[in-house]
Amino acid sequence: MDYSNIIDLLYLVSIIVFIIGLKGLSHPESARKGNQVAALGMGMAIVISLFAPETGDNNYLWIIGAMLVGGGIGLTSAKKVAMTKMPEMVSLFNGLGGACAMLIGIAEFGNLPAGTEMMSGAVLTNIFAMFVGAVSLTGSLVAYGKLNGSLRDNFTLPAPQLINITSLIGIIALSVMIMTQPELNMALVYALLGLSLFYGIAFVTPIGGGDMPVVISLLNSVTGIGATGAGLIYGNNIMIIGGILVGASGIILTVMMCEAMNRSLINVLVGNLGASGGGSGSDREEIVKEVNVSDLAIQLKYADKVTIVPGYGLAVAQAQHICHEIENALEDEGVEVRYAIHPVAGRMPGHMNVLLAESDVSYDKLLELEPANDSFPSTDVVLVIGANDVVNPSAKDDTSSPIYGMPILDVEMAKNVVVFKRGMSTGYAGVQNPLFFGDKTKMLFGDAKASLGKLKDEIANA
Amino acid sequence: MEQIINFLDDNTLAMLSLLVLSSFLGMEIIGKVPTVLHTPLMSGANAISGVVVIGAIILIRRADATDYLTLVLGFIGIALAMINVVGGFAVTNRMLDMFKKKERKN
Repeated sequence: MDYSNIIDLLYLVSIIVFIIGLKGLSHPESARKGNQVAALGMGMAIVISLFAPETGDNNYLWIIGAMLVGGGIGLTSAKKVAMTKMPEMVSLFNGLGGACAMLIGIAEFGNLPAGTEMMSGAVLTNIFAMFVGAVSLTGSLVAYGKLNGSLRDNFTLPAPQLINITSLIGIIALSVMIMTQPELNMALVYALLGLSLFYGIAFVTPIGGGDMPVVISLLNSVTGIGATGAGLIYGNNIMIIGGILVGASGIILTVMMCEAMNRSLINVLVGNLGASGGGSGSDREEIVKEVNVSDLAIQLKYADKVTIVPGYGLAVAQAQHICHEIENALEDEGVEVRYAIHPVAGRMPGHMNVLLAESDVSYDKLLELEPANDSFPSTDVVLVIGANDVVNPSAKDDTSSPIYGMPILDVEMAKNVVVFKRGMSTGYAGVQNPLFFGDKTKMLFGDAKASLGKLKDEIANA
Repeated sequence: MEQIINFLDDNTLAMLSLLVLSSFLGMEIIGKVPTVLHTPLMSGANAISGVVVIGAIILIRRADATDYLTLVLGFIGIALAMINVVGGFAVTNRMLDMFKKKERKN
């Protein structure tokens, strides 16, 4: 009896489970269940792969050991990670998946039987899995470093576009060389590996600013494609389909994020946003007005409508809980409090939603970009907490600004704007913000959590 | 030319069809996702890309018990991919748990 058909049938079932899970994940009502369904599909697929007939020594001890180590680390870090650190965590996880595809590619080169025809599908898929996996690994690590601040945005290579194109040409040339050799030349394989690892770095380094979420989404897609590559090596359907599902849906998600910023994907990838900004406006000697906390507390208490615009600064300061407490305090005074969420606020789309949900802010208080902009003219006070680029009016009118064209939260439409900020430094995109010098704007300098804490006390006392 | 024809045997064509059809499915399946779900969706899809762990499992199962290079590479591969899978699903679940008890408008 041939078991392989049964195995394929079982794999098909887990593929269907994956698809149902992914579908569920894309709707709010079913997202949680969708994630669990997808996890179930993954569990099934792994069990099937453990029991499918194979011709080797099985080496189950090695497999179980590795699964326990990896699963344990994964579970612990997922439980421990702070919600604010989510973007870099996802980025890191993603790189590890890529690393696995890369290792498979390397190992399977070593396993090619002597005398294998080099110009063959087997060699091509090995090259592909290794290349894509390596790019995903180093690219994700650079993204991780940039997000957690250990790599600064000014960490760039000279002439990045030239280096990128040269590396890509080198990768293609090396692949062709490997495939046209009479026999396997491991030196060339390692050269290709090295260049692929380097390309991942060179590809992500020039990208910075608010574009990081797009890059993570894109790298996620790349890892999916890497899994597909590894699946092609074994002719394994679930890896091929699972990988390409992630690859394709990742591209769509990436494009949706780009649309939210009103930019094309190409523009994000070669735009070099982080490095080119900075200059505009810094020569202006304009005066900022500061507000003191007790005045602000009174102003807020007598307002009818207050809107909070959260940004990454809120996440960094861990100020989401105190923010919710202020919301409650003001609601008790009869003030209507809403949150305006820019699609790319924070370091990941939906980042702010997750953070505010963590501190129990109710879902219907969160306004998306357009409803928020519609509501600003009737809003008394807007509190901009740790957000910068997403409220920068230069995106509307300054064609020289690197963020020109990005839709923003038009907070200047409101009657008063108060900006909570650590200092006068520029935002992640490195561009100056004319909002801070606006007629209606007042600044409240200091750590967001500390300032909000004082504000809460003042509201209670005033 | 002959080499190109060699590439296109039945098996390759079946794979190619699979690839093309799955790509379309992947693009269709997402549809219009509200921004609030972008992060969990990315994170969940990220966990699914850990399906590459199966490749590493196959790699180890096919290896000789004395082929330590392959075993070690496979071990590292499985461990890393399992971090991706388990961590990815757990983190996504944690994020989505926060939306659970709230009233939803859409």
